[in-house]
Amino acid sequence: MTAVVTTPARTSSRAWKKLRANKSALVGACIVAVFVVLALLAPMLPIADPTGTDWGAIRKAPSLKAWMGTDEIGRDVLARMIWGAQASLLAGVVSVLIAVVVGVPFGLVAGYFGGWTDSIISRCTEALLAMPFLILAIALAAFLGPSLTNAMIAIGLSAVPIFIRLTRGQVLAVKTEDYVEGARAIGLGHIRIMTRYILPNVFPPILVQATLTIATAIIAEASLSFLGLGQQPPAPSWGSMLNTAKNFLSQAPWMAIWPGAAIFLVVIGFNLMGDGLRDALDPREH
Amino acid sequence: MLAFILRRVLIAIPTLILVSIFVFGLQKLLPGDPILVMAGEDRDPAVIEFLREKYRMNDPIPMQYLYWAGDVLRGDLGISLRTNQPVTELIASKLPVTIQLAIMAMIFALLIGIPTGILSAVRKGTWVDWLANVVALSGLSIPNFWLGIMLILLVSVNLGWLPASGYESPWVDPVKSLTTMIMPAFVLGTGLAATLMRHTRSAMLGVLQADYVRTAEAKGLRRNTVILKHAFRNAVLPVITLSALLFGELLAGAVLTEQIFTIPGFGKLIVDAVFNRDYAVVQGVVLCTAIGFIGMNLLADVLYVLLNPKLRALS
Repeated sequence: MTAVVTTPARTSSRAWKKLRANKSALVGACIVAVFVVLALLAPMLPIADPTGTDWGAIRKAPSLKAWMGTDEIGRDVLARMIWGAQASLLAGVVSVLIAVVVGVPFGLVAGYFGGWTDSIISRCTEALLAMPFLILAIALAAFLGPSLTNAMIAIGLSAVPIFIRLTRGQVLAVKTEDYVEGARAIGLGHIRIMTRYILPNVFPPILVQATLTIATAIIAEASLSFLGLGQQPPAPSWGSMLNTAKNFLSQAPWMAIWPGAAIFLVVIGFNLMGDGLRDALDPREH
Repeated sequence: MLAFILRRVLIAIPTLILVSIFVFGLQKLLPGDPILVMAGEDRDPAVIEFLREKYRMNDPIPMQYLYWAGDVLRGDLGISLRTNQPVTELIASKLPVTIQLAIMAMIFALLIGIPTGILSAVRKGTWVDWLANVVALSGLSIPNFWLGIMLILLVSVNLGWLPASGYESPWVDPVKSLTTMIMPAFVLGTGLAATLMRHTRSAMLGVLQADYVRTAEAKGLRRNTVILKHAFRNAVLPVITLSALLFGELLAGAVLTEQIFTIPGFGKLIVDAVFNRDYAVVQGVVLCTAIGFIGMNLLADVLYVLLNPKLRALS
């Protein structure tokens, strides 16, 4: 019997090639890159002060002076959009990091040790999954208090069970592999086996899920800010811009069009990237 | 079959207990001492002690939980600080509105998602498939509160076809109820339609390659008969169970939709409660949503077995 050995390096280079050949994923990556660059360069760009009011320019339609128009107290919508990208992207990435940092170790422990440890962690995960993501995030944000930091914590904690379940499932599949048995046979400790041998092999699906969850987290942050539970005024955020805009739909529709379009674009960008990564990292596709 | 359902109900009980512990624990996240807030500005020590006794705050936390869980089992979710009404009564009055919205959204999702999924699978690799996938991805990526705002702008503000907000019970005025709910239901159903489309497509692609479908085609049956009678009937099984699971998600999605269209439902109740620091209502809504969600999971499991003859025989 001949065994086909696939090294992680070869797999990742093949995945990278597949990812580069995937046009949708590239479009997604480009969209995300544009928003990331805009968010990072916001302090250096020649744009108006996002919180600076101008009572002489209230609800002005898009023009050469204000490309995306002005809002109900004369603030430049384009400047608020660019600065709002910071809040949205930060919330998306930080909340997913919280979910990964908390969820992956629990999933790893549950899957690796099995038994009562697994039973307790799995039952708790099921209970958390029984509460819909947004309702849980709203409840947590309500009890923690409205702020962008608390919104990120609330969204992150709400996404934890997704990563626990995913990691646990992957570990169950990997822990019976020969190389894990071999590591055990040479007397390596549990933590070393988990971090050196199991984690790198369960990482690809976690990366895919993390990319897709950033999209969900960005919508969740916008939803919480829309409800007044996220970024607090006057700091700009796409969700809170939409909340204000809904009161001026007939007088200033541009106030509602741009922030929503930005959320849609950045979310579609992450979704395309996530789908592309999934296809590239799926072993069945090779 | 009854034994299977009983077994599933028994499995759900530990989950429900854990959910209740979590919901109870939410109030412990509150910064500061809630009793001091209730005692007002005077903070009379006698009043504080009376309130501590009344709300059993002097007992250890596990005992506090047991008292709370006992009340919940008797249907007592506490009293709303804002309206002074029992939380159970408040939820019971708002829930039918959200269920109506969720049912209408589900109808939209099924009517859009399943035919598009079938068409996309049957025409795999063509522009129809590409377009259906683009629409589905957009449906998944569009924030439903923005879609709601854009539809209000187009359909209500510019065209004047449908009302932008409001609610009427279907028992009082069915036509008005339909006209006020049609837009919110469409908005809420969009994301779900996209998910159903993707699952229908993938289930149909699997089934269309099966031997019995090829045999049916070889027998000379019409293409539509093969697709709808042979392939779809087998592919629809996971889609139906998924719909039951996603119905629970609709309750959560309703929070924003109800907020935009000013619908006095379950979602608006939690948002109003959050802003009025009416924590008993927030806890009640979270608990009821979780119970509904677990119930829908149970229904999905039972439906899956009921609709699948092989599993039915096993159970």
